[in-house]
Amino acid sequence: MIASAGSILAAVLAAAEEPVAHGPSSVASAGFFLDYAWLIPLLPALSFAGILLFGKRLPRKGSELGIAAVGGSFVLAVGAVITWIGHRDDSHEGVQAVHRTVGWLRSGGVEYDAGILLDGLSVMMLFVVTAVSLLVHIYSTDYVAGDARYTHFFAFLSLFTAAMLFFVLSDNLLQMIVGWELVGVCSFVLIGHWWEHKENSDAALKAFFTNRVGDIGLLVGVSILFFAAGGTFDTLRISERINAGDVSHTALVVASLCLLAAVMSKSGQFILHTWLPDAMAGPTPVSALIHAATMVVAGIYMVARLYPVFWEGMSIGGSSINVLALVGAVTLLFGGMLAFTQNDIKKVLAYSTVSQLGYMVMALGVGAWTAAMFHLFTHAFFKACLFLGSGSVSHAVHSFDMKNDMGGLRKVMPHTYRTFMVATVALMGLPPLAGFWSKDEILAGTGGWGLFGGTHGNGNYILMLVMGMVGAAVTAAYMTRVVYLTFFGTYRGHGHPHESGPRILGPLYVLAFFAVVAGLFNMPKGFQLWPEAWQERFGHYVEPVAAYFPAIGHAKPSWSLAIVSVLVALIGAGLAWRYYFKGVQSRSQAAGASLTEIDDGPVSRGGLPKAVHTALVNKYYFDHLYTGVIVKAVKGPLAKAVYWSNQRIIDGAVNQAGRQSVAAGRAVYDHVDQGLIDNVIVDGSGRASDGAGEGLRTMQTGKVQQYAAILFAAATVLAGVFILVLSI
Amino acid sequence: MILNQFLLLAAVLFCIGVYGVLARRNGIMVLMSVEIILNSVNINLVAFGAFRDNVAGEVFALFVIAVAAAEVGIGLAIVLLIYRNRRSIDLTEADLLKG
Amino acid sequence: MTSPVVLAAAASGGDLFVAQNVFFGVIALVMVVSALRCVTTSNVVHAALWLVLVLAGAAAQFILLGSEFVAVTQVLVYIGAIIVLFLFGIMLTKASMGDDDSVATEKRLMASLVAVLLAVVMGVALLDSYSDTRLVIDEPQRFGAVSDAIFSQYIVAFEAVSVLLLAALIGAIVVARKE
Repeated sequence: MIASAGSILAAVLAAAEEPVAHGPSSVASAGFFLDYAWLIPLLPALSFAGILLFGKRLPRKGSELGIAAVGGSFVLAVGAVITWIGHRDDSHEGVQAVHRTVGWLRSGGVEYDAGILLDGLSVMMLFVVTAVSLLVHIYSTDYVAGDARYTHFFAFLSLFTAAMLFFVLSDNLLQMIVGWELVGVCSFVLIGHWWEHKENSDAALKAFFTNRVGDIGLLVGVSILFFAAGGTFDTLRISERINAGDVSHTALVVASLCLLAAVMSKSGQFILHTWLPDAMAGPTPVSALIHAATMVVAGIYMVARLYPVFWEGMSIGGSSINVLALVGAVTLLFGGMLAFTQNDIKKVLAYSTVSQLGYMVMALGVGAWTAAMFHLFTHAFFKACLFLGSGSVSHAVHSFDMKNDMGGLRKVMPHTYRTFMVATVALMGLPPLAGFWSKDEILAGTGGWGLFGGTHGNGNYILMLVMGMVGAAVTAAYMTRVVYLTFFGTYRGHGHPHESGPRILGPLYVLAFFAVVAGLFNMPKGFQLWPEAWQERFGHYVEPVAAYFPAIGHAKPSWSLAIVSVLVALIGAGLAWRYYFKGVQSRSQAAGASLTEIDDGPVSRGGLPKAVHTALVNKYYFDHLYTGVIVKAVKGPLAKAVYWSNQRIIDGAVNQAGRQSVAAGRAVYDHVDQGLIDNVIVDGSGRASDGAGEGLRTMQTGKVQQYAAILFAAATVLAGVFILVLSI
Repeated sequence: MILNQFLLLAAVLFCIGVYGVLARRNGIMVLMSVEIILNSVNINLVAFGAFRDNVAGEVFALFVIAVAAAEVGIGLAIVLLIYRNRRSIDLTEADLLKG
Repeated sequence: MTSPVVLAAAASGGDLFVAQNVFFGVIALVMVVSALRCVTTSNVVHAALWLVLVLAGAAAQFILLGSEFVAVTQVLVYIGAIIVLFLFGIMLTKASMGDDDSVATEKRLMASLVAVLLAVVMGVALLDSYSDTRLVIDEPQRFGAVSDAIFSQYIVAFEAVSVLLLAALIGAIVVARKE
């Protein structure tokens, strides 16, 4: 494998020696790895084509090609990291991004460039994506071995990686859209990898369509930015103009809200997060890739890349609340609470991802840019480790159900157990593991901490600080539950679980290693126990110091905050530990029954706990809201109106359009207003509206020509209105 | 001649085509009505081309003819498929979109 | 339905080329009547034959407009190929030759309502914007100009259309082949 990667590299190097048409000629060279960074997405893209064409004929069915290509990309990415560090050290007064473009298209007097943009942010992402992807590739050779579409799987894994790398490297908004959509398509294909089961293909469709909702926001937002910034898609130029104050604030408000919709769908933020847990239908390595390094962090990356837009649009500096921070804070808290009631180990982790992405969005919302990126960095490793660990467990017990098929696995799967525990502690945010440092930096970045010296953030986001703290306790608690249900207690499954093979355990250990050490890259400034030259390296190299980046303030972490946040996490973990390791354990032993048969403690006794539990089990009724109420309420009255119009025509009363529209309005009132607000939000129950939906369903004729008639009639009416408006 | 005579003719043909698409049950008849619609559009294109003394109108009329050929091919293939599955090309029976 | 067209033709009676206007009126009348018959007849084969008349009428209009090339293409592709395809489709589906009678009344009403609405909107818009704009055709377009445009200015569209045709060809085979 290494040999083949080496040979590819040699070929690439040879090719690079030739005078390439689109190579940088007039710009000063920034070193091979940065100038030729476009090779990094190109390699997996080529491997995608190669695997599709010859994969089946290769001895290892194409997986070796994917691993070689991603390995090559990884080597190049590491080279880019090292070159960038040198580049950064050479420039003391701010550092310019390495920006290489080639003319792509000229249309309507506007020139569109294609190019690559390398700064600390994209270089860091290149490293994370290639590293996680490489490990996932290796892991997959064992995990999906014997699958009917093994070759196909690896082809799309390569394309997925290529798409994400392309997205990360893009220097303009158009390229970003292309990468963004490519990532979406690949996730659709991979989530639906086992499409023979309807729920899998449904999950893939759900992911795809939910993302389309946000994509509309992306398209609108990008269009607004294009015109607001004076007709350019170039992210650097847009950012510079915004920082110089050349762009209207109103346009930025609207653009940032539109882009936020895209982020909410892509990064699973609250109210558009529902696709993410369903996306667990895909094979586990894909889940790890989607949740750690690609798909979901695309939204975070976009905010980070276009940070001036959000900084200005959301007025982040000097405020105490804004939409971005609020969305993140709500997501981190409510997403984390949802993780409690799931019995599927992957779904717990999925909600955990939702929650952690909430941390990142919140951090961006409060101006803690570096903290958000650092959390993205550390989270990629420990979450990938958790996902791959859960895959290893499910590989052994052939199930994802923690309650019925797991328990007591720490003895049979010691390696998986160890790595999983490391990643769990990292996720809980306990020192000295990775999650602690990044989470603490986010909490400090809220600027809401005033005790013992206090911190200097970009505002006074006390609400975010509180929600982040509670979120930390919730995270620690649900991870304790997962660990208990999976690895402790008695084994409740059938069959004989066994430890997984080296190709699964290897990546786990590598990721666990990173989960331990990743936090050390960004030790807080002024931290007494760490040499000063090594403090805040991550922030130093990743955070741009240039005209295209807003002047954000930096929070000062304090011992008091760190101690309190650790205590809070410990309290969360401790309560859960007491409940599961002591309470449940002893009760199940006393009853002589397995865990599945004993009652659920306080939640089965009724009252508020039970109500909360029911709401959580039903995921706050969001799925009911989307399919049961909104979809049915929108298409129901429409069909009803058609039905009525037919009735009226038969009766010969064609001229009562006014009455019909009143009736349609009433139907909307009855079913949207009354159904949605009274029954769902107030009563908290989707049942009544579900019934209403059932009733409306019969009106839905399915007759194509009727739909076509409505289409034509509506278009005609619109055209008529248009003409009237024009002629006035 | 005045421009409007062609445009009004096209408009009338377009409406007749729309009527056919909406009212006929037979799948093949619907396709034929679509052809009438496309032809009315072509008349518009060529008329405007002549009016503006611009070759673009004719070029696009030709493109429309080519695309119409493709459309008929696919459309008839679909009708054949429906017929094979249901022994009928009655569009009122094709109601799988029912919610 | 035909009245606006005839009126429009009559309105331009003062034009130099009376013959052209007469031809236009006659052809337009034939086209509209055939189109109406085409969408209302109960016999599918008859409908296809009425369609031929509409298409031929359109070709004649193209000649009136001075676009011989489009007219010839219209005859070749539409009447030569597409109608034959339709006839094959009719035969292959053994679609009841005689009766497509039971177009439900409500559907007919719905469709005519939409069509009339559409006609009114378009008629108003056209009469409003081009009330009596003259159309002067000095000389027919040369083939050369059309082909030059296709192969220079519109080459991308041309290539796209050729790919589309290929895709349609493959698609039709895939869709229609027996399992």
